[in-house]
Parts: sequence; C-alpha cells; structure tokens
Amino acid sequence: MSIRRLRLEQPASFAFSDENRARCEREIAKYPSGRQASAVIALLWIGQEQEGWVTKPMIEAVARMLDMPFIRVLEVATFYTMFNLEPVGEHLVQVCTTTPCWLRGSDDIVAACRKHIAPAPHTVSADGKFSWMEVECLGACVNAPMLQIGKDFYEDLDGAKTEALLEALRRGERPNPGPQNGRHTSEPMGGALTLKDPQLYNGGYGRRSEGGGASVTDTEAKKPTTAASDREAPAQKPPGAAT
Amino acid sequence: MPSRKLIVDSKEIEADDGLTLLQACELAGAEIPRFCYHERLSVAGNCRMCLVEWVGAPKPQASCALQVRDIFPNKDGTPAKINTKSDYVRKAREGVMEFLLINHPLDCPICDQGGECDLQDQALLYGRAAFHRFNENKRAVEDKHMGPLVKTIMTRCIQCTRCVRFATEVAGVPDLGATGRGEDMEITTYLEKAFASELSGNVVDLCPVGALTSKPYAFNARPWELGKTQSVDVMDAQGCNIRVDTRGPQVMRVLPRLNEAVNEEWIGDKTRHACDGLMRQRLDRPYVRKNGRLQPVSWGEAFTAIAKRVADTKPERMAAIVGDLAAAEEIKALKDLMTALGVVNLDCRQDGAKLTPASRQGYLFNTTIAGVEAADALLLIGSNPRWEAPVLNARLRKTWLNGNLTVANLGEPFDLTYPVEQLGSSLGVLEAVANCSHGFAQVLKDAKRPMLILGPGALARADGAAILKLAARIASDTGMIGPAGSAAEGGWNGFNVLHTAASRVAALDLGFVPGESGRDVAGIVDGAQKGEIDFIYLLGADEFDVGHLGRAFVVYQGSHGDAGAHNADVVLPGAAYTEKDGLYINFEGRVQLAERATFPPGEAREDWAILRALSDVLGRRLPYDSLAALRAALLRQYPHMGEIGTVPRQAGADPAVWEAIGSGGPLDVSLPLKNAIADYYLTNPIARASQTMALCSREFVGPAHKMAAE
Repeated sequence: MSIRRLRLEQPASFAFSDENRARCEREIAKYPSGRQASAVIALLWIGQEQEGWVTKPMIEAVARMLDMPFIRVLEVATFYTMFNLEPVGEHLVQVCTTTPCWLRGSDDIVAACRKHIAPAPHTVSADGKFSWMEVECLGACVNAPMLQIGKDFYEDLDGAKTEALLEALRRGERPNPGPQNGRHTSEPMGGALTLKDPQLYNGGYGRRSEGGGASVTDTEAKKPTTAASDREAPAQKPPGAAT
Repeated sequence: MPSRKLIVDSKEIEADDGLTLLQACELAGAEIPRFCYHERLSVAGNCRMCLVEWVGAPKPQASCALQVRDIFPNKDGTPAKINTKSDYVRKAREGVMEFLLINHPLDCPICDQGGECDLQDQALLYGRAAFHRFNENKRAVEDKHMGPLVKTIMTRCIQCTRCVRFATEVAGVPDLGATGRGEDMEITTYLEKAFASELSGNVVDLCPVGALTSKPYAFNARPWELGKTQSVDVMDAQGCNIRVDTRGPQVMRVLPRLNEAVNEEWIGDKTRHACDGLMRQRLDRPYVRKNGRLQPVSWGEAFTAIAKRVADTKPERMAAIVGDLAAAEEIKALKDLMTALGVVNLDCRQDGAKLTPASRQGYLFNTTIAGVEAADALLLIGSNPRWEAPVLNARLRKTWLNGNLTVANLGEPFDLTYPVEQLGSSLGVLEAVANCSHGFAQVLKDAKRPMLILGPGALARADGAAILKLAARIASDTGMIGPAGSAAEGGWNGFNVLHTAASRVAALDLGFVPGESGRDVAGIVDGAQKGEIDFIYLLGADEFDVGHLGRAFVVYQGSHGDAGAHNADVVLPGAAYTEKDGLYINFEGRVQLAERATFPPGEAREDWAILRALSDVLGRRLPYDSLAALRAALLRQYPHMGEIGTVPRQAGADPAVWEAIGSGGPLDVSLPLKNAIADYYLTNPIARASQTMALCSREFVGPAHKMAAE
C-alpha cells in the first residue's frame, strides 16, 4: 500500500445528483440526531459511485452535509483503500494478488493489465476506458485467480484470457462475469462429480425407487431418535415405589 | 466512589474504580512510561508503552486503557496482582520500544527536543542495548505546514495522536488529524492549513518526541544550557504561571508551569511566543526631547528635565496613567509619589472601563477560574474570552464538554469553540434579561450555578457604569450570588469581570483612580488638548490616545519604544516583566509573585527604583530604599497582597454591596456591543515588538481584517 494523498489536480466543484442526494438523506436519517457523522462512509461511497473517485470538493461537500471538520472526512477517505483518490477509467479493474490468487498465477493477470491498460497501477489508460489496481483478497479464492471490473467478478483467469477480456471490454462488448474457463461456479472442470442424481433436485430424493435407492424416506429421516449423547441409565423412579 | 484493592509491586493499595490502572500504579509509587497517555486528554491506548503485568492475564495489559473497575480479584478473593517492574514487563516494553525505534530517525544531535524528549529518556531505560533486529530503511514523511509557531519534522512522529486529541478536545479547533493508515499514517492539518488556535503552542509541549517543535525557537538553545525562572505571565490578566528560560541576557522561550487553579498546564500563544519582543524596540537609555527630537541623555539629565517641569506645574495640572503591564510595586511607588506631589488626576483604566475600586467584588472574576467548572449557565456580555483570556476559554470549553453548560453571548458573534446562543449585540437584550422578559433570564434562574462574564467590550463605554449596574442586578436577581465560600465548599458567586490588563486589579486595589475632582484617562486627554493639563506621567501606558496629548509635557517610563515613548518628552527606560521581581494580581484577585529572569538592558532599571530615584530629585523622597522595604510598606497598607497564590474568599450575598456596584444612567441602546480586542496577537508593546506575533497576526487575523478595524 502506498501513501494516500489527495490528487493535486482537483475539479472545481462537486454536487450530488438529485437522486444521489436523496440517497444521502436516507443514509443520514438512519442515525440519531447529533450522530450524522456516522453516515460519512456511505456518503463518500455514493459520491464515489457518482464521480468514480473521491475529490477534494466532494470531501468538503460531505463534511458540510454532516457538520464535520474537513480533516475528519479526509481521515476517513485516506484510511479506506476502497475510496479512489485518483480518477479511474470507465472500467476499474481490481486484480486480486493475495496468496491464493498469486499462487494460481495472478502475476500473469497483472502483466496483462500492465500491457493492455497502463504500465503503472492507478493510471487511466490512454483511451480513458481502463485503470487497474492491485487489491487484497476479494473472497473468491475457489476461482482463483480473479479480478473485479466495476461490480462484476471475472474468475479462473490466466494471462491470455485476461487480455481477451480486456479487449472485449474495449470493443464495447460485455463479457459474462463469472468463471472464464467454462466451468460452472466453483464446480470441477468438466462438470460435477458428485450429487449428479437429478432427483436430488426435483424433490424426489429419498423416495423408494425401483433401483433400490435410499432406504429412508424424507419424513422418516426427520423423526427424532435417541441422541448419541443420551446415557443408557435406568429411569428414575418416584420415591417409595416398589423395586 | 467505589474502590477496590490492588497489589501493585507487592504493595497493597486501594484505588478508585474510575481511575485508570496507570493512575493506580502511580498511586502505588510505580513509574509507568507512556507516550500517548495524557491525563488531560482522552485515552487513545495506541503507543503500548505503558504495558504492565496483571498476574494471571494471558498478555501484558496497556495500563492506560484499563480501568480499575475492570480488574477483578483473583479466584480466591485476594486482590489482583499487578507487576510493573518484572522481567516480563521489561521485556514487553523493550519490544514496544524496538517497534517505535524502527522508524524513528537517529536525529537526536540535531533535534530541538534533545534533552527533554520522552522517547530519548525512555529509550535509555527500555532500549535494547545489546542488539536490535531491524536494519531496514526507515520510513520518511514529508513535513507539514502548521502555521508560524509549530515546526514539524514528521519523520520523527510516533503517532501518539496527543496533538490531534489536544486540538479536538482542549483547543476545540479540530484542524489536526491523522490521515492514511498503518505505516503510512501521518499527522497533518487539512491540506497545509495552519493550526488556527490561540493555544497551538501547547502541542509542542505535548509532543513526546521532536516531531512538533517550536518554530521561533528552532535551533536556538539546548534545555540544559538555559536558566529557568518561575514567573507569571502579563500578556493577559489571567496570570498564567510560566517558566522563563533564559540564556545570558536573552529570554529564549516561555513555558507553562502547572497550576491547577489558574492555567492547568496550558498557556496561550501570545504568552509563549511574544518573548522575542523582549529583545526588540527596547528602551535602553534615557532620552529627552530637544528641538523636537529625542536625544539620548544621562539619568541625571532626564531627572533634572522632569524636576524643572514639575516645579513649574501646579498639581491640578499634572496627571499620571498606569499601563497594562505594571507590577503592584511600581504602581504603589507612582501612587505615593503623585500623592506626595498632590496630584489627583490618576488613572489605570486606559481603555476607559467604568470600574471603581469601591467594592472589590465589583471588579473581580469572583467565580474563580477553577470555580467555572461548577457553572451550568453562562451569560457573556461584551466579552470574547477566546481572545481576552484563551486559557480561561479552554476551561469554559472543558466545562461545556464535561457537563451541561449553556452559554449565551451578548455581543459580537465569535467562534468560541463551544456552542453559544447568540443574543445579538444590542443592549436592549441586556435590559430584557434584567427585566426577565428575555428567555435566557429564565435559563439563568433555572440554573443551579449561573454566572455572567462582563468583558471590556461592555465596560469600556460611556454607559459602562450603567451596564455594570445592570449586570450586578441580573446577578443578584437570578441567583448568581450564592452562599459564602468557594464552589467546592458549596458557595457560589457568578458575577465576573474579565480584565485584559495584567496590572488592572492591582491598580484598582491600590486605588490608582482619579481622586476627588480628578480626571480619568479621557479627562486627561481632553485636558491636555485644551491646555488644562501640562504634565503627564505614563507608566508603560501605550493603549490610549497617546498621539493627542496637545502641548502637555509627557514622561514615559516603560520598556518598549511603542506609541507612548514616541510621543514623550522624556523617556525613562524601565524593565519588562521578565526583568523585575513583581507582584501581579490576576482577574480573580489572586496575588502571584513573578521572579526576575534577566536584567534590564543597558541603562534601564527596575521601575520602582526609577520612581524612587526620581522622587529624590523631586524632593519628595519615597520612604523605601529597597524592594523589600517597598513590599513591607505595600503589605502594611494592603495586607491581602501578602497572600501569595490564594484567591479572596467569596463573601456571600450582601445587598448593600451589590446595589453599590456601578451607577445608574441611561443605556446607549443604539450603540452595539463590540469586542475590545481587534487582534489577539498585538495587544501590548511587547507583543507588538515581536516578529513572531506579527507573523501570527498576518496568518490568523489577516491584513483584510486589520484594514477593516482601522
């Protein structure tokens, strides 16, 4: 992680769109009066969604809306790495380089980004369509290596696939998010190996079928039985009862 | 408060539940190292230097962040055992110290904090002498701009965040913050904005390392080569306790001294940084005006010139004015000399405040500074405490933070760092409050301990006496005058006059006001212009209309070549407040002793001695040959001046006293109340001679503001 500072060249002004302003007001209303400052992250996030990055006028506008000193909002904006302090391209490419993705070849993906977007991260590509950055684990390790573009995950990548993906985006296409190597979600390559019986999914699981099938019906399976923790001990008798 | 037993280093103590473990350990006599913890700031718990061992706990405990109420006894009921000196603790602290030193530069030989640095001292105890395990490059951080007073070398910062907490909590000016995170965390202001507080210098004292140091004092001296003298500040009337650090003839810096009753451990920036004014614009020899120009002369010549003039002038055509920085001794000497000459045109109220010495309660800050913390409602009348007494303002803010102090301001609106209900600046509102037809009157009546502060903006007006009377009426009507005794004893007096001149209370105590049919300052100026006053003696008086004294013969005795000296016919070089032993009485009525730190420059002399010598030439020899004899005479006449460091006991409600304060008369409702101080940084000759104060004035008050004031 590098030092996070506000960009030198800043736009002259910032204003929330009417729709976003209404969203902001809904966020502020979530907190008791006097505690509006709690909405600072939400407001900065809405601002970032609108502009793509957090600008100085945005910080000041948010501070005024929440009655906070400017420095307090600046602290928040520089603390959280999900707030972009530099302009981003139309497609913001966030490449996961944490250990699982790295072991599965995220270096190739970074190289593809360097080649197709810009040599350095946090730089908008010449055509303005892309910028890329390294991020920490995005929680899709089963499909490593992966990257996030906008709000979509593209998984199971390698260098060539990443380049193709970026080229497609550049042409204005919208490739399907998810695994890019043909597998379905996190299933094994070539399809599932277990739980393949279609009856599992049509509500028929557990019914006696011709082939022998499962020996317990659904309703039987749900019957309470003796728990494993129950002790085999004689039941207690009331006092004075005959032995 | 409930308390519980602890065994600290095998010593059993009983500690209040509300204390932190660190404080409890100190009660037991243990010394706990710390960087981020400070008793007057909120607990951050981020430096980890204060680790102690709680026997049985799985990890070392940060004692500053652990309260005594959280420490449960052992299972067998014996008190919890805390070790502060065990090997375990030592090893833990050595580990913390090693982490702190990873990124701290080895700057000590060129660092201004060297010799008084917490990190240096504690590294001596907890540094790993044998070897250290980190040889990576140290991080480097860009220096930040925090204004003309605070120099930053941010590579040295250990992120204790004391300065951020001070700015936010005590100063109430949330300009400082910590941006970034982890290793990249940096202390900064918002985009190189200056730290705009009158208390900004205190962050230099708070900084445990050399990251924030004093800009004017940079590379000037080492702490061990300075002579240290305990003194009292005269920049405002609060009488903040200070330590004057000198090297040879020069005052190098001024630091606060701890006094819970007056300034806690803070001082304002003017107090701290106006000291470079003590070396500039100094009057170091007597002058006499010859052919329209001030020519240097000998003391004898200067005295002869005065004696000749005095001999030719009738007493009723003579006058004397005491300035804002004078000590009690010289006021007494001047009063005695003028009385011997039969002069009645005496005044100490340069700003024209309509205060009289009749009743001491009528011109004191009766609540006392520490007593403010018990108040729950406050009415400010023509006062801007942030500029008139910044440390008192910090106390007001503290009271607001800790409780439910309601503040209303009648006067010019100003950001006082706490929420204030603005009542406007018209005197009509004051009348409405007095008649209970204003909403705030009810707030005052409902409050348990209401108080009001009358500032110079309200008193230094033609109708000041009427405002004073009205304020006294509000005070007695709304229950501000409670039983006798201090607030701690259950007594209460909420009537307060806030002075800005350090000499004012002493001068009023000594009765340095017009005698029978005497003239006040306005009368003296008027008389001089009309040719009815021929001789004026100014004892350091620069703050009134000195440029329009007509053809009167003006003697100026003082330390600096300011307005008074420029318009004088004879200039007698006196001593500044660091160059004489003197008694000062602050606005509470607390008598405090300032000790001499350096000698006056050149031929300048202590002020009482000049007056004593002059009295000899005038043939009215004053009956004291030494400062001790002068003080003895002072104490004989005014015994309360001997009670050093104490405040007068509040006498309780006596209707006769309160009805006598001020005088009736019409209020000039059309004239709005104004703040008396136009520029906090330039209120007296010493501050005006200071380059640092000029820089501050330019940075924080601004040329635009000044042009408007002129």
